[in-house]
Amino acid sequence: MATAATYLPSSRRLVWFSNPTLARFMRHKLAVLGVVMITLLVLACVFGPWLLPYNDLSIDVRNRFAPPLTGNHYLGTDALGRDTAARLLNAGRISLLVGFFAMLISTVIGTLIGVVAGYYRGWIGAALMRFVDAFLSFPSVFLVLVLAAFIKPSPMMITLIIAVTSWMEISRIVEAEIRSLRERDFTLAARMVGASNRWIMFRELVPNAIGPIIVAATLTIANAILLEAYISFLGYGIQPPLPSWGNMLNAAQQYLGKAPWLAIIPGLAITLAVTSFNFIGDGLRDALDGRSDLK
Amino acid sequence: MNADEKIDVSGLSVAFRRGDGYVPVVHDINFSIRAGETLALVGESGSGKSVTSLAVMKLLAQAPKTRIEGSAVVADSNGNAIDLVAMSEQQMRHVRGNRVAMIFQEPLTSLNPVHRIGDQIAEAIRFHDHLSKAQARARALALLEQVGIPEPAQRMECFPHELSGGMRQRVMIAIALAMEPDVLIADEPTTALDVTVQAQILDLLRNLQKKNGMAILFITHNFGVVAEIADRVMVMYAGRIVEQGSVAQVLSSPRMPYTRGLLAAVPRFEHAGLGQGDLGTIAGFVPDPAAPPAGCAFHPRCAFSIAGRCDSLAPALEEVEQGHQLRCVRWQELPDNLAVVQGGAR
Repeated sequence: MATAATYLPSSRRLVWFSNPTLARFMRHKLAVLGVVMITLLVLACVFGPWLLPYNDLSIDVRNRFAPPLTGNHYLGTDALGRDTAARLLNAGRISLLVGFFAMLISTVIGTLIGVVAGYYRGWIGAALMRFVDAFLSFPSVFLVLVLAAFIKPSPMMITLIIAVTSWMEISRIVEAEIRSLRERDFTLAARMVGASNRWIMFRELVPNAIGPIIVAATLTIANAILLEAYISFLGYGIQPPLPSWGNMLNAAQQYLGKAPWLAIIPGLAITLAVTSFNFIGDGLRDALDGRSDLK
Repeated sequence: MNADEKIDVSGLSVAFRRGDGYVPVVHDINFSIRAGETLALVGESGSGKSVTSLAVMKLLAQAPKTRIEGSAVVADSNGNAIDLVAMSEQQMRHVRGNRVAMIFQEPLTSLNPVHRIGDQIAEAIRFHDHLSKAQARARALALLEQVGIPEPAQRMECFPHELSGGMRQRVMIAIALAMEPDVLIADEPTTALDVTVQAQILDLLRNLQKKNGMAILFITHNFGVVAEIADRVMVMYAGRIVEQGSVAQVLSSPRMPYTRGLLAAVPRFEHAGLGQGDLGTIAGFVPDPAAPPAGCAFHPRCAFSIAGRCDSLAPALEEVEQGHQLRCVRWQELPDNLAVVQGGAR
């Protein structure tokens, strides 16, 4: 009895992490930090604009270039006297949404193409993977810029353009995963009981590849946010007065000497979001790979 | 096909494409299995046992990569004779798991690790029967009970890794039997299991067979298992049937030197600790199907081969007594006594 009692507290503490995947994720400190940062960022962007005293579009020319912590302008104001904090959080809504939906669309496209290529192999697989290679051989920034130059930029269009240029990595990962999974006995066993190809692909194989897909999707959000910032910075993305982190940077570059915070603040927001997603991706990769326990 | 026969395979040959040509790996296999009968298919690794069963199920790569000839006739759900070899992939989907089912050697890897046991059985039923999820799950539960899984309701919610090897094989059997197939192909279903569990699984298969009268093709390399479960035995070597007959005929009076060699390689309790009766081994390996030896395929490894006869003439399948056939040009000259063979074949 005494021994049981002494062991109890530690085993109870372990209950929290009884799921080994969760336990491995929690051990990855940076990933946990990433989750905390992203949660705070999302909460701030969702609720912040309602709590701030200023609207992101209200111009106040008398208060141009106010430095941070001037009155109620916690992060200062820009060249038109608009509140930087309000613009940053509204920009965050757009940048994060664009990143999230671009990830969702590119994950769906990438998974579909990867699964079909990996499952059928042969000429279907070869044709699809050469298509992927062709897309990969364009530097995606230029591809995005060319597309953006022809299409009227709106947040939805920007999302689609980013999605169309960032699904290839996921395809390759999924294709490789499905190729190995389809050789496993349970695939044969599924054919054995009369399952159709579509059933085997999407009900038997994809659920087994969900780990790598999630990891790739997380890293894709980071890239999509970065890509949106690039093209908005270059003026082809989200158009002012609608704020995005990229076009805030663009607007700030003229005043770099006079009002450096205008560049530093959105720059920090981008860095924070991107590194957090990358940390989460790394953490998930380790957590979903059972072998990392052995290291 | 007689009404009594559940499957009738005749002239089944399989060749794989290699380079420009085709390499024959299975030659002219003929067998049929009656209702309630178990036919064991025995041979070394690489002898063509699994290829034979996969060819019957049409689970080998498709036409240009493989060439399958002959026929494998079973009855469809309306009792009409259908030839599996001639069927399209689309048609085969309604046969697999429905008229002909199969269980595999590795119960661990044959179940999808991410789905619950109950769902896997229920979905297998729903491929063939238009049932609601709830109805299919009720059937799944009954099946789990039938294959002797304790607390089946709880087991329905388990993932494969939560069950032992024997339990998983029972689940595989439940899936295979879900549609009450006429024919069950069991590809070394007990090889990966403990001996005690092995015996339980064999018992289970025998009992289920008694109830539903299915025909079983049992692939194994274990003669202990053959003696336990089979009615007839077919010994395969280098893609050919080299000896076949009833279990009594083949196991107690094997004639073909290869069968004798296989039987001599079975460990025996009687010899334990006595320092006698060394295990027989058959020297050499199964020949490369691309370069088969001339004459009898077994002659390079055979202790009784004679130059000029065994290496020139490919032996035909000869009947030595009612129902007992073999391929060996010298079978009449060879000694009957197995012990002599054991020494000689080593």
